[in-house]
Amino acid sequence: MYQLTDVTKTYTGKRTVHALQSVDLEIGDGELVAIQGPTGGGKSTLLQMLGGLDRPTSGRVVLAGDDLARLSDGALTKARAKNLGFVFQHYNLIPTLTAVENVGTALVPLGVPAADRARRSLAALESVGLGERADHLPGELSGGQQQRVAIARALVKEPTVLLADEPTGNLDEATRDEIVELLEVLWKEQGLTIVMVTHDSAVARRAQRRLRIASGKVSEAA
Amino acid sequence: MFLTYLRRELRHRRKQTTVVAVGLAVAIALVMVVSSVSSGVRDAQASVLESVYGVGTDVTVTQAGAPGGGGGPGRFEFDAESGEADEEGTRSLDQSQLTVERGSSSFDDTALTSITGVEHVSGAAATLTLSSTSFSGEMPDFEAMREQMESGGQPGAAPGEGTQDGSDDGTTGGADGAGGSAFEVDSFTVTGVDPAVTAVGPLTTLEVADGRGLEDGDTEAAVLDATYAETAEIAVGDTIDVGGTDVEVVGTVGSTTGDGVATASDVYVPLTLAQELADLDGQVTDVYVAVDSADNVDAVADAIAAELPDASVSTSSDLAGDVTGSLSTASSLVSTLGTWLSIVVLAAAFGLAILFTVSGVNRRTRELGTLKAIGWSKGRVVGQVAGESVVQGLIGGVAGVALGALAVLGINLAGITLTGASGAGGFSFGGPDAGGQAGGGQLPDGGASGGGPGAGGGGPFGQVADAASSAVDVVLSAPVSVWIVVAAVGLAVLGGLLAGVVGGWRAARLRPAEALRSLA
Repeated sequence: MYQLTDVTKTYTGKRTVHALQSVDLEIGDGELVAIQGPTGGGKSTLLQMLGGLDRPTSGRVVLAGDDLARLSDGALTKARAKNLGFVFQHYNLIPTLTAVENVGTALVPLGVPAADRARRSLAALESVGLGERADHLPGELSGGQQQRVAIARALVKEPTVLLADEPTGNLDEATRDEIVELLEVLWKEQGLTIVMVTHDSAVARRAQRRLRIASGKVSEAA
Repeated sequence: MFLTYLRRELRHRRKQTTVVAVGLAVAIALVMVVSSVSSGVRDAQASVLESVYGVGTDVTVTQAGAPGGGGGPGRFEFDAESGEADEEGTRSLDQSQLTVERGSSSFDDTALTSITGVEHVSGAAATLTLSSTSFSGEMPDFEAMREQMESGGQPGAAPGEGTQDGSDDGTTGGADGAGGSAFEVDSFTVTGVDPAVTAVGPLTTLEVADGRGLEDGDTEAAVLDATYAETAEIAVGDTIDVGGTDVEVVGTVGSTTGDGVATASDVYVPLTLAQELADLDGQVTDVYVAVDSADNVDAVADAIAAELPDASVSTSSDLAGDVTGSLSTASSLVSTLGTWLSIVVLAAAFGLAILFTVSGVNRRTRELGTLKAIGWSKGRVVGQVAGESVVQGLIGGVAGVALGALAVLGINLAGITLTGASGAGGFSFGGPDAGGQAGGGQLPDGGASGGGPGAGGGGPFGQVADAASSAVDVVLSAPVSVWIVVAAVGLAVLGGLLAGVVGGWRAARLRPAEALRSLA
């Protein structure tokens, strides 16, 4: 699925930060990968490279044959719209849209007609157990429910990859377990490739493969 | 999704939406009021011009008076035997003059033929505008007074002030029976018109108030302005002294431009009669020209100017600039203060809209960054932000039109009256009551020539009254046209669009990774 070759990301400013240093990494189709590491170690930067949200300073990030580092902005946007699902620590839902409308935002760039969009969004919400809360605003939902909506938004377009940045970081233990179980079920049922950044070792332990990143360098965790 | 998202966002940011919409609404309302009032003032100016020059007059042709020549304050001359003397020797004097108004001069009426022959001229009418001034009064017997003074009266005493023995026994007549004098000066404007020409010229704005109007074939008939007739207490069937000739009054007329609005002249007589009475055969003072199309007005004016090099040729837009009075003040206020105020308020409203939109984008960094992360294109995000701003502008525009319409309605209901006078209205003498004043021996020696120029009468005789004859009161009526409404809403949408472009540009520059990182 992913082939990263000699990927470097350097942030220049008042202080130069080498967020990724010569990262070589391969992630296979249908893998559930957890990335752990200390704060500032480069976890989120690596996830952004994988998600085409940022470009590496050097190196190649190949997803299904396309080098994301060299795609045009438009092509990169299309790749994100079609193949990549994102789940964020803070859910990042649109506060003025209902749960089903939030899920529908992921289908807008694909040009899915409104009726079809509503049907698929509702189905996605039902798949994460929130069908009855479809018309609720994010402010009317708990943290766990909001994250479920975010997961439904990531999956409604049937992506090949799901990238999750601290998906349980804002949740209590019980809710954390619910979300991790949900992700495991979706991974198994849909054959997704999931790359998940987490601080939580309990969550990481449930992954098929664990990577550790520190000072911009990636290594396989024991 | 676009509309749902837009509606929810605007409802969510109700306070901000309201502030931006109100700001734009106030600006739009102001622009609308200024435009409407400006249009109303233009209409009022046109109304003033129509009352003076007639409806449909596109070009007027006059001829300026030569310095020191032309009409003007006439000179009344009386010799020692003028008038009729009563038993006490008091002489009653009465004289009338009919002259071309000061500042203009007459020219040959063949000009009318020349003008009619100019291409694109659809009609023309010639008039002769005159000023009729009558002087009447009583003077003592100056010869008897001199004889009394020579036989022992006080040399320095004014006529009628004393006698040889200091008593009043030696009175010699005059208005007060003691040697004093009294004079009355009356003046009015007389316009000679061709009754057969009603399509252009002063007759176009006249409507009969009483009796009848001038008709083709009338030779000795006069029609009076209804207001003047009332003031001068002249009724239909009476006669009026025009240049020393009594002319029968066959009717009174009012102006079609408004109730109580004075017409361009006090008295209207057939052109031939005016020429005959003023001893100006074949002469006219004004030619009113109608042009077949507004596009040809300037070309026709140029052609007439070339044809008649001595003439003053004015188009209706030139004449609008001559309108004076409170109408002129209003016009100047609207065009300067009103316009600048509108620009300042509009700029402030646009600035406010831009500021709020940019601040909204900053507040929604994570939201917009997320949309970009999940595949929304730059154009879609910019469109969303710009769309919200445009709708805000639209709301402001609609509210502004309502507010502006209310303000204009208020102005119209207030019935503001503006006074306008055409600067081309020439000159007139003081009113009928101004000239009478008892003379106290200041008259020059009553010699064979009959004395001075009448300065002893006092009052404004001989002074110039500024265009009083063509002053017109017009109630300001500010119209709200469809174009003003469309332009007002368009301006508001433009404000929203500007804000949207600036906000959208900022949103477009957001890189999803940075947007998400900055708030993670």
